[in-house]
Amino acid sequence: MTDLLTILSFICLLLGSLCNLLAGIGLFRFPDFYSRMHATGITDSLGTGFILVGLMLQSGWDTSLTKLILILVFILLTGPTITYSLANAAKQHGLTAKLTEEAAEKSGGEASSNH
Amino acid sequence: MLLASVLAIFIIMFLALLRAFLGPGLYDRILAVNLFGTKTVLFIAVLGFISGHGYFLDIALLYALLNFVSIVGVLRFVEYQQQSQSKATEKEEL
Repeated sequence: MTDLLTILSFICLLLGSLCNLLAGIGLFRFPDFYSRMHATGITDSLGTGFILVGLMLQSGWDTSLTKLILILVFILLTGPTITYSLANAAKQHGLTAKLTEEAAEKSGGEASSNH
Repeated sequence: MLLASVLAIFIIMFLALLRAFLGPGLYDRILAVNLFGTKTVLFIAVLGFISGHGYFLDIALLYALLNFVSIVGVLRFVEYQQQSQSKATEKEEL
C-alpha cells in the first residue's frame, strides 16, 4: 500500500515538474503578453496542483495534510483572480494583442507562399 | 524525486526572474513576479518535506497569502495611477 502511494506521489511530482517547466518555457518563448499569460495561467495552477497532491500522498493522515489542502485551495482561488485582474488592467491600459486572427492569416499566407 | 522537483522549480524561478528582468512592459514584469511568488510557495513546501520539518508548510501558507495581497496591491496602484494620469491630461486639454 505504501509502495503504491509512493509511486503515485512520484508520478504526481514528475507531472507537476513537467507542467512547471512548460509554464517557464511558455513565459519565455511566447511573443505576446496575453499568450504568455495563457501559458502561465493554465500550466501554473495545474503544476501547483500536481506537486501539492504528490506531497499530500507522502504526508499521510496528519496536520500537514490539512495545511497542504489549505495551500492548494488558496492558490486555486487566487491564481485565476490575479490572472483576471492583470488582464483587465492591461486591457484598460490599451495593450493590444500581437496574435490576432488577421496576423495569423497573414503569417499563414506568407508561410504557404514560401512553400 | 523531491530533489528533481526542487531542481525543476529552481529552473522555472530562474526563467521567471529573467523574464521579470527583461520584460518589455510593466504587465510582463508583474506576471513574472506572480509566477515567481507561486513557485516560492511550492519550493518552501517541497523543502519542508525534504528536511522533515512540519512548520515549513505554515511559512508556505503565509507566502501564498502575502503574494496575493502584494500583487493585488501593485495592480490597484497601477490602475489608480493610470486613472489620475488620464484625468490630468483631460484637464490639460480642457
